[in-house]
Amino acid sequence: MTEEALARIEADPRYVALVRERTRLAWLLTALMVTAFLGYVLLIAFDKALLGMPIGGGVTSLGIPVGFGLILFAILLTAIYVRRANGAFDRLTAAILAEVEA
Amino acid sequence: MSRGPRYLCEGGVLLLIAGSAPPALAAAVEGQAERQPINWTAIALFALFVALTLWITRRAAQRTRTASDFYTAGGGISGFQNGLAMAGDYMSAASFLGISAQIFTDGYDGLIYSTGFLVGWPIILFLMAEKLRNLGRYTFADVASYRFAQPPVRSFAAVSTLLVVAFYLIAQMVGAGQLIKLLFGLPYGYAVVIVGVLMMAYVLFGGMRATTWVQIIKAVMLLAGATFIAVMVLARFGFSPEALFARAVQVKTNLALAGGATPDEAAAQGRSIMAPGKFIKDPVSAISFGLALMLGTAGLPHILMRFFTVPNAREARTSVLWATTWIGYFYLLTFVIGFGAIVLVATDPIYLDADGALRGGGNMAAIHLAQAIGGDAFLGFISAVAFATILAVVAGLTLSGASAVSHDLYATVFRRGSATSAEELRVSRITTVLLGVMAVLLGLAFEKQNVAFMVSLAFALAASGNFPVLVLSLMWKDCTSRGAAIGGLIGLLTAFVLTVLSPAIWEKILLLEHAPFPYTSPAIFSVPIAFLAIWLISTLDRSPRAAVDRAGFREQRIRSETGIGAAQASSH
Repeated sequence: MTEEALARIEADPRYVALVRERTRLAWLLTALMVTAFLGYVLLIAFDKALLGMPIGGGVTSLGIPVGFGLILFAILLTAIYVRRANGAFDRLTAAILAEVEA
Repeated sequence: MSRGPRYLCEGGVLLLIAGSAPPALAAAVEGQAERQPINWTAIALFALFVALTLWITRRAAQRTRTASDFYTAGGGISGFQNGLAMAGDYMSAASFLGISAQIFTDGYDGLIYSTGFLVGWPIILFLMAEKLRNLGRYTFADVASYRFAQPPVRSFAAVSTLLVVAFYLIAQMVGAGQLIKLLFGLPYGYAVVIVGVLMMAYVLFGGMRATTWVQIIKAVMLLAGATFIAVMVLARFGFSPEALFARAVQVKTNLALAGGATPDEAAAQGRSIMAPGKFIKDPVSAISFGLALMLGTAGLPHILMRFFTVPNAREARTSVLWATTWIGYFYLLTFVIGFGAIVLVATDPIYLDADGALRGGGNMAAIHLAQAIGGDAFLGFISAVAFATILAVVAGLTLSGASAVSHDLYATVFRRGSATSAEELRVSRITTVLLGVMAVLLGLAFEKQNVAFMVSLAFALAASGNFPVLVLSLMWKDCTSRGAAIGGLIGLLTAFVLTVLSPAIWEKILLLEHAPFPYTSPAIFSVPIAFLAIWLISTLDRSPRAAVDRAGFREQRIRSETGIGAAQASSH
């Protein structure tokens, strides 16, 4: 990559916005995933009985929807990121590159 | 004897970090798996799988001419295919047999492992997937060393890859030998040699293309088999999970009563399968376990390598979405399968020995369940799936280890980039054979050894070496060659030493008393130590090279964010 191309991309406000937005989204989702999982593990470490509490009058415990929910939450977070990144972010990237390569 | 799960309870968290193999390995560890009568249906179905994969390997071999074909299947795999292959690379026989066995014995605790194995995947996506694809070509070391002096950082990455691969591979080989003795009624040594020869054949002749297809076929077989079992189980309870759980609690209560418990104790034991049990003890081990699983997944070289098989960053992201979806779905199925086994297997004398324990060992829960709902033919199918599963995992590991030697050490460090594609390919193939022979010999040597700690060690090493080096080289401008190489080695060393000092090795293998390091996983210490070491060494680094490293960040960053100049896919 030439120095000129680098300088042009760096100066492009769309590039600055792309990096800022994507970095913010990535760290936000990372923080959500880490908090949810470590929160789950710590909840079990400190209060085992809570997740064993039956819900809905049967034997199904609170831990079932929480554990299944965590699995679905992980899939949901990846879906959110992929949707934004493969849509808006990729369009922005293509626009920036089209100009540099032109 | 229900050895696997029992060992898990004693060993606590550490084994679980093991990820792929623990409970199945546990059978290998404590007692030798009992050899079963030869299962001809399973052998015939497995032979069919081998024939299909060897045919694919032959076709792939005709298209494997360059280093790029060998390492990345020419970069022409789609996101959907790669997602399935990643799932196939990651879901091992033990995730299936081991976690369902764990649920069969302890109930809810199995779900905690499952979530742990899943949460690393979103982290890979958010922090690295597209940057890896934009910066690298063949191995994760391409990315970690992008702006650095090649020899030190590549050497670190190769050492780390080979260590992770070696421990993971030995554990898989020993697990395979025990499992196949159990499922097919073949002697341990035959099983290890068959696995070694087949994995060598796939990688040697078909490279990444054959490995990918073996992993895809295995993933489809495993997902289909597990779906069938789970649906059949739920169908017996009118598709009401509550009805399934209620019956399982009742079965466990009755078993406790029959075992001489008072009605109150029995009811408590029955209900205990719906709540977290012995698995998580102290908060430090809990967090350490969580970190090792999460960050270790994001540092496994054979998983990271799969990002270079897709044409661009977009497909790389799509791969992770599919991988996460399939793996998450698989763990949901496993939970139903474990409870199904409580209801249908634990109550049927044909699956139990005189003591009321599972015939063939604790890991047989899912296998017996397959027979209970689908008869002998389906039992054969599930056994063949278990064997295929091991092959797919070991093939991915071998390819990754061979690439570290041929691409990182030989082509980049030793030949300084002057090796031709043909020379590099030849070294990869020689290494593949050496790794295969080594895996078989070690598999035979460790037959009667306790190898349960090895996969957990592999995860801890990946979390403490590869992960910090990758994150800081990608995101921190002031990271230098010296910081990455030495800091990474310090992370590896810390994880290794703390593991040796922990109960899993100190007490169970060295047979010494009072392990100096009381926790089950080193990650809570070794990961921060690695980050700190890289930061400190880089910050103090005033060498001329350090200036070059820091100046290189600008170009690396723009390329990692936009993909400009990224290696293009070339499908031949």
